[in-house]
Amino acid sequence: MNIVEEILIKNSLITAFVFVGVTVYLSYFLSEKLTKGRFHGSAIAIILGLIFAYIAGSYYEGDKGVADIAILSGVGVLGGSMLRDFAIVATAYGAKFSDLKTSGVVGIVSLFLGVILSFSLGSIVAILFGYDDAKSITTIGAGTVTFVVGPVTGSAIGASSEVIALSIAAGLVKSILVMTMTPIVAKSIGLNNPRSAMVFGGLMGTNSGVAAGLAAVDPKLVPYGAMTATFYTAIGCLIVPSLLFLFIDVIY
Amino acid sequence: MVIYGIALLGICTLIGLIIGKWLGELFGIDANVGGIGIAMFLLMILSNYQNFKLSIGDISESGITFWSLIYIPIVVAMAAKQNVVGALDGGFMALVAGIVVVSISFLFIPLLSNLKDK
Repeated sequence: MNIVEEILIKNSLITAFVFVGVTVYLSYFLSEKLTKGRFHGSAIAIILGLIFAYIAGSYYEGDKGVADIAILSGVGVLGGSMLRDFAIVATAYGAKFSDLKTSGVVGIVSLFLGVILSFSLGSIVAILFGYDDAKSITTIGAGTVTFVVGPVTGSAIGASSEVIALSIAAGLVKSILVMTMTPIVAKSIGLNNPRSAMVFGGLMGTNSGVAAGLAAVDPKLVPYGAMTATFYTAIGCLIVPSLLFLFIDVIY
Repeated sequence: MVIYGIALLGICTLIGLIIGKWLGELFGIDANVGGIGIAMFLLMILSNYQNFKLSIGDISESGITFWSLIYIPIVVAMAAKQNVVGALDGGFMALVAGIVVVSISFLFIPLLSNLKDK
């Protein structure tokens, strides 16, 4: 047992790959068996990750989730800001300016409106719940943009780990709601053509939420929504920690 | 060479982060201002050049697409290292924030879709 532990700790990043791989596999299995794929596997995987972090946090009383467990310390590296930022940049590969142009002004309007609308509503909720410092309000608002913009913003402006975790939770709730509610409301909001799919991607922005939500409505619409959604996180990362943070900072 | 794609991705990321840090100093905040967003736009501009795929080749390209595909697992790892216990006090707030944002955003979809391009 000691030998196994020693090897797992010594090769912690590889252990982390296995840990995340098994988690993702289990999540897609649950997604398929329990929800017939309606509830996206990646969303379940993220929820499982948060649950593991909660369990680890209550047993070890640390603030780094499962990364506080010696054999899982590599999860801290894999999920740390360096590799995370690297992977986020890579998702922009292949997104086309020309496609955005043909979708017209509406696509661009929906992107900026979507980011600003989500951020404003999220910030208002944060203020109503009693947060009164600019960093926390901005980070929670950023979390309702997407669960990626939340932590990127939070670590950029120096918010606390609790607030960053909260911003991820808010983004996750948004992502899950988009996945589950989209098929239900699709008809009444006219989500049945490429144009409205692009608007949908621009307003919602959360990648897994948009991709899973559209797939449940009409798989042909996925690329249109996913494409605007790709720009969404970039615009969020661009304007939330800068312009919108300065705006909140001036008010508070 | 697969390393070319990875290196290119690295160049975009580093340039973005450097500009972001520089912008932060410009705004007078000790923070990286939109560095990741700038890096994404750089990569988008690069990958939209015609013949870009030809010039870097399929295998080099896979150095970028690999990292794009590994993005969700990294987000899973990121979730697993968060301070969830500390966040739980505000768990209800996360729920309220999510519900408010999604419901109101849904309402804007028909409004925007019906706007005419011109």
